[in-house]
Amino acid sequence: MTGYLGSYATLGLLLLAGALVFVAAFGANRVLRPSRPADTPGKWENYECGLDPVGGDWAQVQVRYYVYAYLYVLFAVESVFIFPWAVVFDRPGFGTAAVVEMGIFVGLLALGLLYAWRKRVLRWS
Amino acid sequence: MSPVLALVPLAEESVPAETFQLPQIDYAALAPMLILFGVACVGILVEAAFRRFPRARIQLPLALLGALAALVVVIMTAGKRTITAGGAITIDGPALFLQGSILVLGIVALLLIGERTLERGGAFVAQAAVTANTEADRSQAATSEGASEVFPLSMFALGGMMLFSTANDLLTMFVALEVFSLPLYLLCALARRRRLLSQEAALKYFLLGSFASAFFLFGVAMIYGFAGRVDFSGIDQAVVGSAASPLLLYIGLALLVIGLLFKAAAVPFHVWTPDVYQGAPTPITALMAACTKVAAFGGLLRVLYVAFGRSQWDFQPVIGTVAVLTMIVGAVLAVTQTDIKRLLAYSSIANAGYLLIGVVALNKEGLSSSLFYLVAYGFTVLAAFGVVTLVRDADGEATHLSRWAGLGRRSPLLAGVFTFILLAFAGIPLTSGFTAKFGVFAAGVEGGQTWLVIAGVVSSAILAFPYLRVVVLMWLSEPSESTPAVSIPGALTSAALMIGTVATLVLGVVPTVLLPIATRAAEFIR
Repeated sequence: MTGYLGSYATLGLLLLAGALVFVAAFGANRVLRPSRPADTPGKWENYECGLDPVGGDWAQVQVRYYVYAYLYVLFAVESVFIFPWAVVFDRPGFGTAAVVEMGIFVGLLALGLLYAWRKRVLRWS
Repeated sequence: MSPVLALVPLAEESVPAETFQLPQIDYAALAPMLILFGVACVGILVEAAFRRFPRARIQLPLALLGALAALVVVIMTAGKRTITAGGAITIDGPALFLQGSILVLGIVALLLIGERTLERGGAFVAQAAVTANTEADRSQAATSEGASEVFPLSMFALGGMMLFSTANDLLTMFVALEVFSLPLYLLCALARRRRLLSQEAALKYFLLGSFASAFFLFGVAMIYGFAGRVDFSGIDQAVVGSAASPLLLYIGLALLVIGLLFKAAAVPFHVWTPDVYQGAPTPITALMAACTKVAAFGGLLRVLYVAFGRSQWDFQPVIGTVAVLTMIVGAVLAVTQTDIKRLLAYSSIANAGYLLIGVVALNKEGLSSSLFYLVAYGFTVLAAFGVVTLVRDADGEATHLSRWAGLGRRSPLLAGVFTFILLAFAGIPLTSGFTAKFGVFAAGVEGGQTWLVIAGVVSSAILAFPYLRVVVLMWLSEPSESTPAVSIPGALTSAALMIGTVATLVLGVVPTVLLPIATRAAEFIR
């Protein structure tokens, strides 16, 4: 357990233990359970929250949902930076410079949003 | 705690928040990059504020002015040697030289991108989201104004390239790599003609480029594990001083270099190059062949010279082998090509091999000759792709070589220019190709890499064959009815062709206009 890569030994052991537990659980299941296969109706259907399934499992999604995904990523990234910033910006030494920097950052994001708005991608047509 | 973990500087804990210091930022040193990024943002505002017709006419002058202003700042600060922005950016001789070259070559590429007389609406598609080969697509290809977003995207790419060649730590370098790669992926997909080919090229470039970025990032992690730092001077000290296993250094260096060699298009990481060069709009191909090459080799030079220079015995043979493979494979596969853009792509792969000789030499001559080579090759390749945009028929560019037969009879001036460019690629004396190759070969011999130089000379001889075949095809074949008429170049393409050709000639006849500058610039600072 020495050296840089040695610290990965714990991880390796954990993975090994995980695999063993998995094999043991499924092995015990196989040994202990009764084996009476039945082919009742609906056994091979997709499971859809207890309802009768509608359609197949290969469905297309409207491409315009990507705008939502995109906006979500945009604001998620923004909040990742804004939350830590909100905790520290009023401490001594940060002050105006920190506010200005965050202003630049949010301004750049807003620029992208402005572009998207002007290109009418925010409208659901 | 293991000894390596103890090396990691615990910045957050050791510096209490009360003494937090803003990093000193030398805005004059960063001004060229700030100008480019600022102009790119203004370009987006222009996109948002104006209608399609006027904004296409605003974007090109705006981009050119921005690049010129940045170039002026680079020239004015030519004597600057400093490490700034908290150690993230180095402004030294090679950095300024590379920034200047990226800007000059980028301006010429912008001229090609802005050309609108060859095709109605320019070389770019109007609405990239319209499905290719539909009725809507055909009508927009015939009449619509091309997307003017290409200019802000190009400016972001150029700014990213400049950041890439001035980055002083691996993380800044990675950010810069993404900043210039992402716009290029998009730009590749925006061809007005042959859109499926263009989209396929972009997707291939994006997927393989993401793999390369992942390799690079994993390499950064390994190097951090080895050195406990990511800045180049810290890595340089750790190479001799670190107690960690050198295995980490080898793995990390290998992964880093794979990421960089991918962008530089070296064998065996070159497979994307022909497809992307062929599918991308030709002005974008020119931008990639000239400016991306400068940035990729700028980054490679800095990483190998500054950070890993002291473990040169570990990587010199490996990169030497890559160089030999790149030269030979590029040259041999160039012989078999039947498409002019693919031929130029393989020629650019072979040229990456010659540049690698200068990189592996690891001496001052290697650095200065590589810098010179990048500029000389950039001008020539811009002019070459400029010619390719002109040989066209009703369906767009005629890139198949059989269509070039007898071009010399139809339009001797253009064929003459292209012949001169091909001779420069082949390295005939009195062209910049000769001086540039001579420089890297001499540096290779001086650096004790004679075997590379032998491979370089052999592959140059092989590579001369496909070039001369095109020359023979243009001048000695009879023109057939399928030989397309050559379009009259507009002012922008004419200017780009003229700059590229004249620079190729001048750097061949009087290389002393640039060689002393490259020599003076060839000193990294740590």
